[in-house]
Amino acid sequence: MAHDIPDPAGHHGTSEMVRTATSESRLARYVLIGLALCFMGLFVLMPLAAVFTEAMRNGPGEFLTVLSDPETFSAIRLTLLVAVIAVPLNVVFGVAAAWAIAKFEFKGKAFLTTLIDLPFSVSPVISGLVFILLFGSHSLLGPWLQGNGIQILFAVPGIVLATVFVTFPFVARELIPLMQEQGTSDEEAALSLGASGWQTFWYVTLPNIKWGLLYGVLLCNARAMGEFGAVSVVSGHIRGLTNTMPLQVEILYNEYNFVAAFAVATLLALLALVTLVLKSLLEMKFSEQIAASRRH
Amino acid sequence: MEVRVQNIRKEFSRFPALNDVSLDIRSGELIALLGPSGSGKTTLLRLVAGLETPTDGTIYFGDEDASRKTVQQRNIGFVFQHYALFRHMTVLDNVSFGLKIRPAGRRPSSAEIKRRAMELIDLVQLTGLEKRYPAQLSGGQRQRVALARAMAVEPNVLLLDEPFGALDAQVRKELRRWLREIHDRTGHTTIFVTHDQEEALELADRVVVMSKGQIEQVGTPDEIYDTPVSPFVFGFIGQSNILPVRIENGQLWIEDRSIGISAPGEKDGAAQLYFRPHDIELLDGCGGCIAGLVTASRRVAGTRHVELDIGSTQGKVEIELPRKRPQPIGHASHFARHGGNCSGTDHPPVDL
Repeated sequence: MAHDIPDPAGHHGTSEMVRTATSESRLARYVLIGLALCFMGLFVLMPLAAVFTEAMRNGPGEFLTVLSDPETFSAIRLTLLVAVIAVPLNVVFGVAAAWAIAKFEFKGKAFLTTLIDLPFSVSPVISGLVFILLFGSHSLLGPWLQGNGIQILFAVPGIVLATVFVTFPFVARELIPLMQEQGTSDEEAALSLGASGWQTFWYVTLPNIKWGLLYGVLLCNARAMGEFGAVSVVSGHIRGLTNTMPLQVEILYNEYNFVAAFAVATLLALLALVTLVLKSLLEMKFSEQIAASRRH
Repeated sequence: MEVRVQNIRKEFSRFPALNDVSLDIRSGELIALLGPSGSGKTTLLRLVAGLETPTDGTIYFGDEDASRKTVQQRNIGFVFQHYALFRHMTVLDNVSFGLKIRPAGRRPSSAEIKRRAMELIDLVQLTGLEKRYPAQLSGGQRQRVALARAMAVEPNVLLLDEPFGALDAQVRKELRRWLREIHDRTGHTTIFVTHDQEEALELADRVVVMSKGQIEQVGTPDEIYDTPVSPFVFGFIGQSNILPVRIENGQLWIEDRSIGISAPGEKDGAAQLYFRPHDIELLDGCGGCIAGLVTASRRVAGTRHVELDIGSTQGKVEIELPRKRPQPIGHASHFARHGGNCSGTDHPPVDL
């Protein structure tokens, strides 16, 4: 086997192709590719396969019965509701924030950029606790909220708020570099042709960022549905009322109801897979347009 | 439309980009703003467009004060160095954009919009490419689309920011000629920014030379080249040589020799003599000339560049000669001005 390994000076056998400047020796390539595949299999594919096999352990019949349980069903509904509220809100916030940061110069811009990243750098549990400190019964706002019969914590509004907070950076983070790279001359061109601010945004800026925006929305949605820590702190775990899917998985698992736990987990995993497949399909279908919107 | 810029000052966070600039642009004129980077030429163009607001001063379009108007109200056409075409729109949609977005009252019918856009696409010689996207066009074609798009709104004034800066030399030359033709046909008042003096001198009716946020000189290309008013303009436009000289009784001296050039009206003392390399002739011995030793000689296309050492304190002088007159290196020569009315050397020396 020794002759398979090219010597450092690069004197190859005659049958071997001439190595290009950036390629490695055959051995190095096999080792690196093998390592990467092992890692992928061990940490990505195996857990995914485990979730599906565990869920199907007692056959598809039991899988469906478990999912039609009213508490589980309510968790699915709540998760979808939260995502439907949180994602559009963050699309609006994210686009507005990215627009301001990428297209304008103002004092405190660096501070604002850091602030947008805050939810990424703070542990989700802390994000949840922030809302307890803000709206809890011992907080400043607490007594006033109670007096007026407004329930935020341990109810849907709290869960939505925590989710919005945690998923805030996704859209903005995706758009800021894209918009900065595109610069402001397209917008200036539109303005010079007489377009109003709104027309400029609608006909010029938005089409330029639509692919980035779509990625942002998909990522934001995946996280909104999967968020555990922050939601766990503010939800209160009221069965059938304030449990989202990730919380429901934990409860079922702690009750040793493995099939049910993994069945719900399967749904979450499926959501993630659908998101990824959707993203890849869009990339494939519109690859030319996407490339065109980046170059030029 | 006439454009008058009056005492414009512009500061970017306390740093002055333009300092008390005034300029009158005649209706239908093609005018070039020429200067090195950082001279404020692009800032001046963007102020006229309304893309920037002046710190001080006024801009008039005709008799109307335009400086308080927004960019949309000024009705200008702006062409950007990197085209700034809307990449998700076809050529036709790009050109018709300015008309399509007008409020219903002022918007022509869609058939009329299409007719006008096609007419402009024809004017910029892109007929047949109207369904293409910007990414499918070459740089020169993109810039022509950008020009058609800017002209579609029938602007009061057409503003071009280094329109050919991103194109290669060959295309640039072609487009330059072509822009002149378009201008002569449509008669738009046109202001363009460039750092390429050849472009400015060839294309413009008048050239505005700018430096450090101020206008150095305004004039026809010939005036700018033949009678520059400041050392900056002389040095910036065309090739030039500088020799430190001395003025005594209206005569120029280099060290202890008179060189036969008079400078009436200049006060005595040290000065600098500016002259063009091609206004110089090599002679074998003469009175009232400058003597030097040929140290290098290289051919550059149709001319020969000869370097002369004219003595330890004066340094080297480069001159241009017709290619057919080789000068052996080491040959001792004298050089003198061409006779007659060669312009560059007739310029009075400028006091240090």
